[in-house]
Amino acid sequence: MAEEELLRVEGLSKTISGTSILSDVDMVVRKGDLKVLIGPSGGGKSTLLQCINLLLFPDSGRIVLDGREVTFRRKREVLAYRQQIGMIFQEFNLFDHLNALQNVSIALRKVRRMSSRQAAERAERELERVGIWEQKGLYPAELSGGQKQRLSIARALAMDPAILLLDEPTSALDPELIGEVLAVIRDLSQRGMTMLMATHQMGFARTLAQEIMFMEQGRIVEQGAPQELLSHSGAEQSRTLSFCSKINELYA
Amino acid sequence: MLESLLAVKNALPYILQGSLVTVGIVLGAMLIGLALGLPMAVGQVYGTRPIRYTAAIYVWFFRGIPVLVLFFLFYFGLFNALNLNLSAIVTAALVLGLRGVAYQSQIFRGGIEALPHGQLKAARALGMSDTRAVVSIILPQVLRTSIPGWANEYSIVLKDSAIAFVLGAPEILSRTHFVASRTYEHFALYLTAGVIYFCLTWAGVHLLHRLEKKLYIPGYSS
Amino acid sequence: MDPSFIWSELVPALNKGLIVSLLLIVPSACIGLLLGILVGFSRTFGPPWLSRAASAYATIFRGTPLLVQLFMLYFGLPGIGIYLTPYVAAVAGFSLCSGAYHSEYIRGALLSIKSGQIRAAESLGFSRVKTMVHIILPQAMRRALPGVGNELIYLIKYSSLAYIITCIELTGEGKILAAQTFRYTEVFLIVGCYYLLLVSLASVGLRKLEDMLRVPGFGKG
Ligand SMILES: Nc1ncnc2c1ncn2[C@@H]1O[C@H](COP(=O)(O)OP(=O)(O)O)[C@@H](O)[C@H]1O
Ligand SMILES: [Mg+2]
Repeated sequence: MAEEELLRVEGLSKTISGTSILSDVDMVVRKGDLKVLIGPSGGGKSTLLQCINLLLFPDSGRIVLDGREVTFRRKREVLAYRQQIGMIFQEFNLFDHLNALQNVSIALRKVRRMSSRQAAERAERELERVGIWEQKGLYPAELSGGQKQRLSIARALAMDPAILLLDEPTSALDPELIGEVLAVIRDLSQRGMTMLMATHQMGFARTLAQEIMFMEQGRIVEQGAPQELLSHSGAEQSRTLSFCSKINELYA
Repeated sequence: MLESLLAVKNALPYILQGSLVTVGIVLGAMLIGLALGLPMAVGQVYGTRPIRYTAAIYVWFFRGIPVLVLFFLFYFGLFNALNLNLSAIVTAALVLGLRGVAYQSQIFRGGIEALPHGQLKAARALGMSDTRAVVSIILPQVLRTSIPGWANEYSIVLKDSAIAFVLGAPEILSRTHFVASRTYEHFALYLTAGVIYFCLTWAGVHLLHRLEKKLYIPGYSS
Repeated sequence: MDPSFIWSELVPALNKGLIVSLLLIVPSACIGLLLGILVGFSRTFGPPWLSRAASAYATIFRGTPLLVQLFMLYFGLPGIGIYLTPYVAAVAGFSLCSGAYHSEYIRGALLSIKSGQIRAAESLGFSRVKTMVHIILPQAMRRALPGVGNELIYLIKYSSLAYIITCIELTGEGKILAAQTFRYTEVFLIVGCYYLLLVSLASVGLRKLEDMLRVPGFGKG
C-alpha cells in the first residue's frame, strides 16, 4: 500500500440556504487508496463529494491535491482542477444527445483540445477498458443501466484524473447489473487508481476498501480500516456496524 | 412630448371605437372556425378516405398561404367574380374564419386523438348511435381540453386582424394610421395601438384561462 | 385563365418578387434564431434583471401584431430621428418578432434539460460557456426544433407584410400587376401557389433535418 498522500481536506464546511450541511470535515486520501464513505441518506455524502470537485464551493476549509493547495478564486484554476478530479454520479448524467464514443471524446476535444482522431482513439481505449467497446455507436437511451454507468466511468477516466469520486454508482441499478459495475471499480482499484466512493455496498467495502468513513449529519463520525469498524470484537458496537446491520436487514 | 400626449388623448376615443370592430372581426372569425372546425376535425379522424383527403387539402391550402394574400384573393378576386358585395369587415371575419377552420380543426383533431381509447366503444355499448356518441361523449371532452389551443388561436386571429388594414376595415390599426398620417404623431399613436392590442390579447387569454379552470374536472388532464 | 399572361407577364414579375422575399426571409430567419437563442438563454440562465428584461421583450413582441411593429419601425421611428429603409425595417421587424417566439421554444427546451447534464460537464472541466455551447445548446435545439421550425414557416408567410411598408416582394409584385390588369383571382391564386411551394419545401426540409438530428430515445423523457 502506498503511503503518499494525494488529497487532503481540512475543516471543510458548507451551509446551504441557512442549514449547515457539512461541518468541519477532515480527511486524507493516499495514492492508490480506495476509500469508502457510508452513512444514512441525507448525511452529506453527495455534498462532500461535490465540494471536493468544486461543483459546490465550500464556505470554508482547505483542499490540498498532490501537495498543492487548491484555490477557488480564479475560474481558470477551478476548471483545470476539475479536470484532475473524475466524478461518477448516481444517475449517470450521460450526455443524452451523444453516442457512447462521443460521450467519452467530447471533453477530450473541447476541453483538452485534442484532434478528433486522437480523441476518438483514446475514447475507444477507455470503452474497451470498461468492456463496452462494442456499444460505442449506441446512444445512452439504448444502453442498460450497467453499461451506462460503465460508460460514465470511461468518460471520467479519459481525462486522466488523479482521483475518482464515485457517488453511489450502483444505487440506481437493478440488482443483477450491480456486479458488472463493481467489477470495473475493483479492477481500477487493483491497477492503483485512487478512489473515494460513497456506497451502501458493504460486502464490497469490507473486502476492497483500505478505509471506511462513516458520515452522519454533515460530520465524519467514525473512520478506520474495515476490519476495525466492522468486527464485533470491540467492547461496544461501532456506529458503522450498527448502521450496516440495519441496511443489511433491509436488503436481506 | 406634450403634443404627442395631446394627440393620443384626442385620438383615443376614435381608435377605441376601432377596437369594437377588431373584436367583432375576431369573434366572427373564431365562431366560424369553431362551427366548421369541429365537424372537420371529426371528419379527419373518423371520416372516409375522400373526406379525410379533402380536409387535408383544405388545411394545407389555408395554412400555406399568407393572410394578406388570402385577403387580396377573396376581397378583390373571388368575391368580386362571384358578384358578392361584402364589406371589408365581413370579408375580414370570413377569410380569417375560413383560415381558422384549418387551424382549429387541427386543435380539435389533436384533442380527439388524445382521448383515451375505448370512449367510442363504451358509448356504442350503451346503445348510442355514432353521431350521438360523438356529440355527447367525444366533443364535450375535446372542447374542454382544447381551451389552451383555443386561447392561442385567439391571440393569432387578434393579431392577424390588423392585416384587415389593407382592406380599409375601420379597425384599430386603420384608424391609428389615419390619425397618424394627419397629425404626424406616428410614434406615440402606434405605441398606443400596440398597448390596446396587448390588452386585448391579455384579456382574451385570461378569460379563456379562467374558463379552463372553471371547467376543470379533478383527475382529468388536459 | 390566360396562359400567355401568366407565363409572359405574371411569372417573370413574381420570380423577381420571390427573390426579394427570399432576401427578406433568409436574413430574418438567421438573425431571429440567433436572437431567440440569446434571449432564451438570458431568460433561463441570466441574472434576474436580464431575465426580466428578456421576458418583457418576448411578451411585448408576442402580444402585439407584427404589422403594428412594422409600422412602428417604419413610420414611428422617424419621429425620434431614426430612419430605416423599407427593407431594413422589414428585416428588423421580422427578426425581432420571430426572435421573441423562438425564445419561448428555446426557453421551454432549456427548462426540460436536467441539471445533471450541467454538473457532468463541469465535472469534466467544461467552462460555463463551453457547457452551454457543446452540451446544452445541441440538446435544447433538438427539443425546440418542432416549435422553431413552425416559427420559420410563419416567417415565410408573414414576410408578405413587407409589401405594406412598401418593400415590394412577392405579394407586392402580384398586387401591382393585379391592379394594372384587374386579374385579381388569377394573380393571387398563383401568388398563393408560390407561398404554398415555399412553405411545403420548408416543411419537408425541416422534417428531413429532424430525422437527421434524431437521437434514439432522446426527447422522450
Ligand atoms: N441544494 C440544496 N438545498 C438545500 N438543501 C440541500 C441541497 N442539497 C442537499 N441538501 C441537503 O443536504 C443534506 C445532505 O444531502 P446529501 O449531500 O445529498 O446527502 P447524501 O448524499 O449523504 O444522501 C440533506 O439534508 C439535503 O436535504
Ligand atoms: Mg447522495
